[in-house]
Amino acid sequence: MKHMMKMTTATVALCFASGGVLAQDATLTIESWRAEDQAIWDDVLIPAFEASHPGIQVDFAPTAPTEYNAALNARLDGGTAGDLIVCRPFDGSLALYQRGHLADISDLDGLDNFPDFAKAAWQTDDASASFCVPMASVIHGFIYNADAFAELGIEEPGTVEEFFAVLDTIQQDGTYTPLAIGSADQWEAATMAYTNIGPTYWNGEEGRQALIDGSAKFTDPQYVRPFEVMERWADYMGRAFQAQGYTDSQNLFTLGRAAIYPTGSWEIGGFNDQAFFEMGAFPPPVEAEGDTCYISDHTDIGIGMNTATDNPEAARAFLEWIASAEFAQLYTNALPGFFSLSNAQFEVEDPLAQEMISWREECESTIRVAHQILSRGEPNTWNNMWTVSANVFNDAATPAEAAAALQQGLEAWYEPQQN
Amino acid sequence: MTNIASTGRARAGRARGLSTKAAVHTVLLGYTIIAIFPVILVILNSFKNRRGIFSDPLGLPRGETFSMEGYATVLTQGDFATYFANSIIVTVSALFLILLLGAMAAHALAEYRFRLNTLLGIYLILGIMVPIRLGTVAILELMVDLNLVNTLLALILVYTAQGLPVAVFILTEFMRTLSRDIKDCARVDGLSEYRIFFEVVVPLIRPVLATVAVFSMIPIWNDLWFPLILASGDATKTVTLGVQQFIGQYTVNWSAVLASLSIAILPVLGLYALFSRQLIAGITSGAVKG
Amino acid sequence: MSEATTEQEKTAREAKPPKRRKRRVGGGWHIFVFIAPAVLIYTIFSIYPLVESLRLSLFDGLDDGSAVWNGLGNYVTLLFNPTWATQFWNALWNNLILFFIHMVVQNPIGLLLAALLSLAPRFGSTYRTLIFIPTLLSVVVVGFIWELILSPLWGVSETLLGAVGLAWLYQPWLGLESTALTTVSLISVWQYVGIPMMLIYAALLSIPDELIDAARVDGLNGWWIFWKVKLPLILPTLGIVAILTYIGNFTASFDLIYSIQGALGAPNYSTDVMGTLLFRTFFGQQLQIGDIHMGATIASMMFFIILIGVTIYLVLVQRRLQRYEM
Repeated sequence: MKHMMKMTTATVALCFASGGVLAQDATLTIESWRAEDQAIWDDVLIPAFEASHPGIQVDFAPTAPTEYNAALNARLDGGTAGDLIVCRPFDGSLALYQRGHLADISDLDGLDNFPDFAKAAWQTDDASASFCVPMASVIHGFIYNADAFAELGIEEPGTVEEFFAVLDTIQQDGTYTPLAIGSADQWEAATMAYTNIGPTYWNGEEGRQALIDGSAKFTDPQYVRPFEVMERWADYMGRAFQAQGYTDSQNLFTLGRAAIYPTGSWEIGGFNDQAFFEMGAFPPPVEAEGDTCYISDHTDIGIGMNTATDNPEAARAFLEWIASAEFAQLYTNALPGFFSLSNAQFEVEDPLAQEMISWREECESTIRVAHQILSRGEPNTWNNMWTVSANVFNDAATPAEAAAALQQGLEAWYEPQQN
Repeated sequence: MTNIASTGRARAGRARGLSTKAAVHTVLLGYTIIAIFPVILVILNSFKNRRGIFSDPLGLPRGETFSMEGYATVLTQGDFATYFANSIIVTVSALFLILLLGAMAAHALAEYRFRLNTLLGIYLILGIMVPIRLGTVAILELMVDLNLVNTLLALILVYTAQGLPVAVFILTEFMRTLSRDIKDCARVDGLSEYRIFFEVVVPLIRPVLATVAVFSMIPIWNDLWFPLILASGDATKTVTLGVQQFIGQYTVNWSAVLASLSIAILPVLGLYALFSRQLIAGITSGAVKG
Repeated sequence: MSEATTEQEKTAREAKPPKRRKRRVGGGWHIFVFIAPAVLIYTIFSIYPLVESLRLSLFDGLDDGSAVWNGLGNYVTLLFNPTWATQFWNALWNNLILFFIHMVVQNPIGLLLAALLSLAPRFGSTYRTLIFIPTLLSVVVVGFIWELILSPLWGVSETLLGAVGLAWLYQPWLGLESTALTTVSLISVWQYVGIPMMLIYAALLSIPDELIDAARVDGLNGWWIFWKVKLPLILPTLGIVAILTYIGNFTASFDLIYSIQGALGAPNYSTDVMGTLLFRTFFGQQLQIGDIHMGATIASMMFFIILIGVTIYLVLVQRRLQRYEM
């Protein structure tokens, strides 16, 4: 291990020494988990960059999400990872920075184009160093089959009770599965259910910060309530949802067999290609008419520089471009549902994406509750959240038990929660 | 040497009545259906469009459901010819090394008494007990030092190292049961130890070699991890990795996914058919045991 | 040669008649030439990297990636810290269930199929080839196929059950805690039954005809010949099958479970095995960088557990089995 670290340091020194010379005619490789985006990078984004940066070639080389982190970590340790690393937010990437795999890019001019909350996802806790350029956030909510809604004469629900009334109507009609979500892959239960509707109950940022500073516990009612609501969802999730995986749910919805899809905005691009009906979207329903609505506007994806890159100058040039208004515009529209975090003005063309980004005006934004600081220890709160959220759907845990499991896991290692 | 297959058939014919025969076929046929039904299902549905796959998964592709769009996507989007070539080069080379080196080592262990024999025997099978994947980072560093990253040779070396323990284990067990007399006769005739191995021992262990070949081939062909880590470049990508990435890119496009799966299945079947003939020939001709 | 070695030697060879037991007393370059290439490649590309990794289990990682000596501390954590111990014992237990299912389902089916094939029925080679096909498939393919078939959405299994009037039997087996592990095991059995079948088939075919004929002269019928003559003769092969099953259960099972149920062994860790626990610990997850030190500790435990099994096999089973040999 030690020998490895030494080697890495040596390589880094070497690279920086020779970096300037190599800046021209460099090939940059991007590591990413977004295999779906291959065509967009190849056909839209990379040509745009290469047009304005002659001499630099870019190669988008994604790894499937299931293997991404493992493969990336191995390649980083072995010294063969790509020049540019697409970053998960918060604790995952922070660890890579601490180990010297992600370069400190605090002095990148382009970072000034981003608001503080966006940069925070890829900074040290004291905000003294930045290691990834924010690319996009994704917004959670619900996408629905608008044709089905029209056919059944139902409208977008605003409150939780309206939401369940809508589900009842769809259920009684019987043509559609009310909710397209399953528990087989577990992560949707945490992502598209718990952290989607949860902020409404724990008041977004307020509740998230309270967990971090230790003034609230997962067993407090505001964190148990979302589980109670999810328990009610189970009745509307379609038969045998326990074995329904992520792609199953996508297919169920896009083939027109389900009415509502609890979602993240990243689905929009794929759904536009696959669905043959009109779609609409609504934010997480509130408890009572007139309550403030909260959305999970999650800083999801950034991009940083491998400290071991042979072409730091070219890599920095690429990162500056990622931070530019041009990229914000291109990316947001090439991948509807991935919303640039840039301060730059950009037009969102896709109607569904437009609808979802407009919630930023009406609702309070927050991020996924487990992502910052709370997932640094063992057991990992985010992993735990996958399992317990799926357990609630599967009736393998009561809401109280699920919350207790989260709290117990967090208390095991997180000091502010230990008294 | 008598032909085992024909005497076996004669033997079976003598002793069994019609009903026994029927029972044998029922069981074999039944299990065969269980074994290949899922595979057929995939191939069948790869010729349908997405709606057809979902509305009638068990039906044959017909007028409105028939579609080659999946194959069209696969063939235009992925460079599967290269991937196949890579997989075949890697699998065949690694197999050759595993069989040759494995048989040589097994022969030494089974045939000669020397210092450290038992110890070496145990040492050589230790590798079965830990998944080699664990050594990933050290392997990767090694390959970086040897300048072998993104070469097929890197994969061949790792797979050879990974396949040797099982090969040595099985081959040694079988070689110990070989008759000593034949080898001793050869020695009396003045054959060198090398010629004894290649001309006397190897022909005798052909059935086992074929068996080991088939077993070793499977994890090599199907491995996803080392291609991902050691040779994920476009020029060195293997079929399994290609398919997996393809699935990642076209998650919801099931026609394309099923088409790529079908395409991935075919070459293994071909390779197996190739070995299979050897396997059967080996089993039936070399079936005389010590 | 040390005394221990001679003792083992003797044990291993015990069953042979004295004439066979005597191996060529060695020396000479040829032994080196025979064994060196294998040992070399194996040492460089397998043992060295593994030792490098397992060594890590004796260290503890710091945030900056450096390591400090921790003795057996990680092992204590794994076995006694509730967070780790729960996962560890759960995974080990699931592995043992997996092994049990393979032993009582896969290997008997393999034996049955091999026995039937060894009767040389018509189309025997066609059956054998077709039955072996699943074994050749990548887990990517197998996982995908079975998820589809068992998926509630696609409805294949439901339709098939319905065809025989059993539609009510349908359950989302892969998604239920009570059935997920068994279902994955059976998928694995489906895939790998070809291996015991082939090994046993080869062993059955290599039984000399004279023995069978002798038994027949003694008036034994087919069933008794199988039971009294053939089965004892193929016991060493069954031993190999058992030990390969045991080892494969820890190493190979990982890929299938990972591809179908994910790194967390869904649902609710009911299909979590040593392999998945090791993988997610060693290589990390979305928000978690891999903990190579705990990962190496889990891997080392796995190694010891497999070693115990192999030792039991070598010392007890193989010794006893060889007594049956001629």
